[in-house]
Amino acid sequence: MSSGPVDDVRTATPALTEEPAQRTRRRRDEHTAGPLTYVVLGLTALLFLFPFYYSLVAGSHSPSDLYDGTPPLLPGPQLFENMRLALEQADLFAALGRSLVVALAVTATTIFFCTLAGFAFAKARFRGRNALFGITVATLTIPPTLSIIPLYVVMTRLGLVNNLLSVILPGAVTAFGVFFMRQFISQALPDELIEAARVDGASMNRTVFSIVFPLARPGMAVLGILAFMTAWNDFLWPFIVVRQSPTIQVAVAGIGAGYTPDISVILAGTVIATIPLLVVTAIFGRQIVGGITAGAVKG
Amino acid sequence: MAAHAPTTEAAPAPHPRTPASPGSRRPPRSGRAYRRAPYVYIAPFFLLFGAFGLFPLLYTVYLSFQEYRLGGSSPEFAGFDNYAWLFGSDAFYNSLWKTLTIGIISTVPQLLFALGLAHLLNFNMKVRAFFRISMIVPYATSLVAATLVFGSIFANTAGGLMNVLFGLVGIDPVSWTNGNWTAQIAIAVIVTWHWTGYNALIYLAGMQSIPQDLYEAAAIDGAGRFRQFLHVTIPGLRPTILFTIVLSTIGATQLFTEPFLFGNGAGGGSLGQYQVLTLFMYETGFEVGRLGRAAAIACVTLVIVILLVLLNAGLAQLRTRDKSRPLLPRRTPTPTRKATR
Repeated sequence: MSSGPVDDVRTATPALTEEPAQRTRRRRDEHTAGPLTYVVLGLTALLFLFPFYYSLVAGSHSPSDLYDGTPPLLPGPQLFENMRLALEQADLFAALGRSLVVALAVTATTIFFCTLAGFAFAKARFRGRNALFGITVATLTIPPTLSIIPLYVVMTRLGLVNNLLSVILPGAVTAFGVFFMRQFISQALPDELIEAARVDGASMNRTVFSIVFPLARPGMAVLGILAFMTAWNDFLWPFIVVRQSPTIQVAVAGIGAGYTPDISVILAGTVIATIPLLVVTAIFGRQIVGGITAGAVKG
Repeated sequence: MAAHAPTTEAAPAPHPRTPASPGSRRPPRSGRAYRRAPYVYIAPFFLLFGAFGLFPLLYTVYLSFQEYRLGGSSPEFAGFDNYAWLFGSDAFYNSLWKTLTIGIISTVPQLLFALGLAHLLNFNMKVRAFFRISMIVPYATSLVAATLVFGSIFANTAGGLMNVLFGLVGIDPVSWTNGNWTAQIAIAVIVTWHWTGYNALIYLAGMQSIPQDLYEAAAIDGAGRFRQFLHVTIPGLRPTILFTIVLSTIGATQLFTEPFLFGNGAGGGSLGQYQVLTLFMYETGFEVGRLGRAAAIACVTLVIVILLVLLNAGLAQLRTRDKSRPLLPRRTPTPTRKATR
């Protein structure tokens, strides 16, 4: 990029007269999507939605239809029959119930405890704050998968294997949640507000419940949705620790065990497992998008 | 600030637990209870996180030096036996190698596609919210469901959807799960499908924080759209790109569900074509029943992850040193801001 007097003159002169018109025109040209953009994004959206559609299609045919050389591309008549078979082979309703319990419990604890800790790190002054927050941030990138061996040993000792608590407890709080809520509260909550409450004689608890929680609600919602999704979709850990009373992902992965695996029935099962989250996505899509982009600052 | 009180509900209502008469002692609120409160707030988090996050991590290291079998009695000290076994095991090197190759063929396309998609999403357009939300559908879909569906699309028979599509362009049916590269490619497709939209949204957020005047300056200098993308967008996104590279390489060391469910369970294929590290750890621990050895695998993976993070930190420092202006502006992490619509 060159600069200097020449450029200044060149751009400054027309700007005096034509500025508004030219600006808006350039904006339109440079930043408005052309037809090709719509086509590419539309195709991408189709590609992203296709596997779900295909599970509906394949789950509604018989397996012989599926692989006879002309794969069906439209839904067939057998969806409910296949779903019934899936429910028969794995108790999916019970599994859905367990997943709901786990996901709701994890969501509640994550929101509550991470907001409390996030608030403390964002607004309170206390000894050891930086060190403790440093530990929290340092563990952000450590994948939980690496802890499954000792966690299994711990859960065995506690007698919690095949108990839903063994899935809830490790997911109950996340370092990401604390980090996320700290960022959110630092932004959303002016120091003066807390100071004012304190001057007015409110206890810390009262400040938290009457001021911090209401103001942090949007952040809490995003964190809650992300926590719910993560808990609902988790597979490896529940697969190890609650195999006898499986969550929905474990149950779906186990459809057909002991039977001749019937791909149509399995896919009908995945439809059952996926619908709740697609509903969540449809309702809270915007919040999830916000949560993902906010998560990007953690690096 | 006193004017705040009526509007913010922080009315000076006497708190039930106030020790003395509430009206008389106001400023001393900054007493012990007030100073102790932060610890009370962080305590539940650190108790849970310590017990089920930090402690297991340390316990992994401990277990990796023990001989300990699934369902066996107590761990016995075994020195470096588990590591000796690990570094003498062909299966370990195979799983390292497969983790690397699957990681590369899933991460690279995923990030390139994401970059392109983010560029398109950044235009002004109608139904923008729909396109953005369509990006997270794969991310919201469980990996179990996705892998099962893709497993059917990549069926080995000639009648599988992918093979039929191949037939249309005259390619012979592929036995996806049995081949070495075909299995890896199929798994990489699942990974790419699942994460591309997620990364696109992260890039989009990065792009929106690049100052608009940089583009205008570039346009004045005669740079077309593509040159602007190359010379303004990419440099501006450098920290974000680095961040996504680290996230997805760490993610690549954690692949489990896709390879596990893709080819009907354990083993990672008849030849271990897709036996990645986590799968190897799972099998060693829970199918062979050697928890100590599995812990050693976890520790090696942990070291790899830490090296990746440090590498990232080092690179980020190198990058920022020659730039006086921070290229990644303090992106406001307010998730509800209008710009993310």
